[in-house]
Amino acid sequence: MSNHGAIPILRLGPTLLVSIQVELRDAVAEAFQADVLTAIEKRGTTGLVVDISGLDMVDTYVARILAETGRMAKLMGTATVLVGMRPEVAATLVRMGYAMEGIRTALDLDDGLALLGHVVPRR
Amino acid sequence: MVNVSATHCLRIDREDDIVAVRRRVRDVVELRKFDSFAAAAIITAASELARNTLVHGGNGTATIDEVFDGSRAGVRIFFEDAGPGIPDIPRVLAGGYTTKRSMGLGLAGSRRLVDEFELLSTVGQGTKVTVTKWKRL
Repeated sequence: MSNHGAIPILRLGPTLLVSIQVELRDAVAEAFQADVLTAIEKRGTTGLVVDISGLDMVDTYVARILAETGRMAKLMGTATVLVGMRPEVAATLVRMGYAMEGIRTALDLDDGLALLGHVVPRR
Repeated sequence: MVNVSATHCLRIDREDDIVAVRRRVRDVVELRKFDSFAAAAIITAASELARNTLVHGGNGTATIDEVFDGSRAGVRIFFEDAGPGIPDIPRVLAGGYTTKRSMGLGLAGSRRLVDEFELLSTVGQGTKVTVTKWKRL
């Protein structure tokens, strides 16, 4: 799959699975968004799961990139679920006043896929 | 009385330097065995403030001090830039000042993550921000 960025995009049925394990710098972030949107178009995806269990820090910059990606996917008809947020990250984002409203979340990958199963009927 | 046991000075000239500041702060709080919530708070605040220094100041420095107040270890970080400065500090600290790069969120947000926060800014001269996070006893 498209992979000029550093973040691999996996397909699982009608769902795309992205696990972010690297620091999201400007260049990586833009490539990530472009890759995800291109993959959605190519694969006719209806769901996107973004796993951030590998991130021990999410500042407002990274949070904005993630929220933006979800909104971009939504414009293309794809529902996004953010999964795997660590307790420290959740606490920090809320304390900063950046609770990522409008972004659907689930505890882990399993729950995220189950949630999409409710939102998007499997083909 | 606060003693400084080590000081790390880092330049902030480009985006990679934000990562470097974050990593150095992470190294310090891991060495001092901060709990994971306090560690995430100060690492995130450092990331926000380093990005502000770069985006709004153009460039600047981060000085990371390992401090001790007699009973607690802590980390104190001083950010300085010679950028345009902040015209309306109360508004920025209230978080209501959202430029497209969202300086308000960064400053107001990082203030809520630390134990001590000081902001000095003069229009046309630059901005200095000092934050301190103490290890929980």
